[in-house]
Amino acid sequence: MTAAIVLDDVTVRFESTVAVSAVEATVTSGEWVGLVGANGAGKTTLLRAIAHLERHHGTVRVVDQDLGALSHRRRAQLVAYVPQKPEFPSDMSVMEYTLLGRTPHLGYFASESARDRRYCRNLLERLGMAAQRDRRISTLSGGETQRVVLARALAQEAPILLLDEPTSALDLGRRVEVLELVDELRRERQLTVVSALHDLTLAAEFADRLMLLAGGALVACGAPTDVLHESVLAEHLGAPVRVLQAPDGGLVVVPPARLRRRHADTDVPDAARRHHA
Amino acid sequence: MSVDLPAAPAAARDGGEAVEVDHLLSWLPVDRVARARVPMLLATAFLVVAMLVGVSVGPVDVPPVAVVGTLLAHLGLAHPHVSAVDQAIVWQLRLPRVVLACLVGAMLAAGGAAYQGVFRNPLADPYLLGVAAGAGLGATVVIVSGHYASQVLPIAAFVGAVGAVAMTYVLGATGDVRDSSRSIVLAGVAVAALLTAVQTYLQQQHAPEIQQVYNWLLGSLSVANWTDVWLILPYVAVSGVLLVAHRRVLDVLRVGEDEARALGVNPERTRVLVVGAATLGTAAAVSVSGLIGFVGIIVPHTVRLAASSSYRVVLPVSMVAGGAFLVLADLLARTVEAPAEVPIGVITALVGAPFFLFVLRSRRGGQGVR
Repeated sequence: MTAAIVLDDVTVRFESTVAVSAVEATVTSGEWVGLVGANGAGKTTLLRAIAHLERHHGTVRVVDQDLGALSHRRRAQLVAYVPQKPEFPSDMSVMEYTLLGRTPHLGYFASESARDRRYCRNLLERLGMAAQRDRRISTLSGGETQRVVLARALAQEAPILLLDEPTSALDLGRRVEVLELVDELRRERQLTVVSALHDLTLAAEFADRLMLLAGGALVACGAPTDVLHESVLAEHLGAPVRVLQAPDGGLVVVPPARLRRRHADTDVPDAARRHHA
Repeated sequence: MSVDLPAAPAAARDGGEAVEVDHLLSWLPVDRVARARVPMLLATAFLVVAMLVGVSVGPVDVPPVAVVGTLLAHLGLAHPHVSAVDQAIVWQLRLPRVVLACLVGAMLAAGGAAYQGVFRNPLADPYLLGVAAGAGLGATVVIVSGHYASQVLPIAAFVGAVGAVAMTYVLGATGDVRDSSRSIVLAGVAVAALLTAVQTYLQQQHAPEIQQVYNWLLGSLSVANWTDVWLILPYVAVSGVLLVAHRRVLDVLRVGEDEARALGVNPERTRVLVVGAATLGTAAAVSVSGLIGFVGIIVPHTVRLAASSSYRVVLPVSMVAGGAFLVLADLLARTVEAPAEVPIGVITALVGAPFFLFVLRSRRGGQGVR
């Protein structure tokens, strides 16, 4: 297996605080790596550093090239990045937005060719968005919007796909749908996916490996069953959780039921209960 | 990586036919530039009519037929019977003025549209980084030293304008990269305030010339001739071509500087190119026309509200419509109080603002600048 991404001593500082601290990691080609951790653990910052959107120390090598030595355009041919909250220009259509993804393959002053349009049309068809091609993005549902964002990223034809919380705005059904789609596309197009995921159950379900970040440092890395231990999570998530085994073999991470049950058993009003605690 | 995706079954069924049609129409910019075509045609028609009316109407009305006849004669295409007086009025007095108005209007509108795109700010206009203040100071220096109406004035205005933007860029370029566009805009505000203060001081120190300074500041095309046209044409042409060439890149920037960077665009480089091109063009334009305000804001926003906020539409259409708008504004400037002239900057604001508000209200909840 070849290495798709090699992180060497990646560190990001914001003034005096260290947001990402000396991360060393290798992501194998075709793999799906989930970045997990508490809010503020550095998931987003690490993804942005990999995409070279954040000034950082250390090197990021992608398919054996030092990203820092490449032009913006060449980097965008190798790495597609989807932020957690992408910005949608008013009155831009689905097709127009998808075509923006062709930018790394176009000359600075060039316009899209018929080939670029065909590529994006096929892409939208594959994502089940052919009928919405001329709709404004602002009129789409959350799930559809997420597909359009994926379409724009895939239009870059980059072997690496970085997703920052791709499902945070969706209901559970839509979440699974979008992640299934990412998984299918990953296999079809031999993509390497690195995504920040706050939902640990879904992260365990979809990612091949998890990287647990705490305080900007990579504290655990491995198969979901190796990373998602109650003791490890309790230490690094800053809150106790329970890891259960689902009947189908998957892992389920839930908040501990203990507190809830105890509260339900008593008739003490809220304020008094807090006082007791 | 393969270029075309493995097609879904549904695509395979009608895929062959779709590709065929697409191939046949590949010479047409099918998907989206089509949306620019109708507004572009309308704007061009508007410009042709505006120019025709602009040349025809004045103290002596020349019928449009005679205008066209004169043009044909001067282009050596035909020799219709147009009186020598009419020919002189058309060719030597009105046409250079109309052409100059068209160039200045086109430049200000395109500059405004491009600045709004590159600074992602709906209130940006071509004067944002100090072009107007610099040109005003340059012109004032020349006027108060007793050289009004000399050949030096446009040169001083041009140098002042370019110098002001250079100063803004140098002062604003420091600071955080992530916020560099904001610091440049703020530096522009400071530079403009400083230069305007110096200009006002000079003006107050030279009371006899105040009227001349004032006339220049408010803008006028009353002394326009072919020399002015040839003087600014190269700047406006190069600048216009460069700005319109940025239409797709400015659309990429609409998703934000960060995402544009992730898509392979270097926002800093784009900003330098756009600001450089717009500065040369607007500096040349204002050096002969004075400070005509409002065109750079009202024209692009009207195009956005009426047609589309894609820069593929906004940039080229604003350029043409901006030319037409200033031709009509100049026509009003020289006719409403004839034989006296109203400053053209007064007309652009007086007529433009209500029209803009009308468009805004009729499309409430429409499209914003991004």
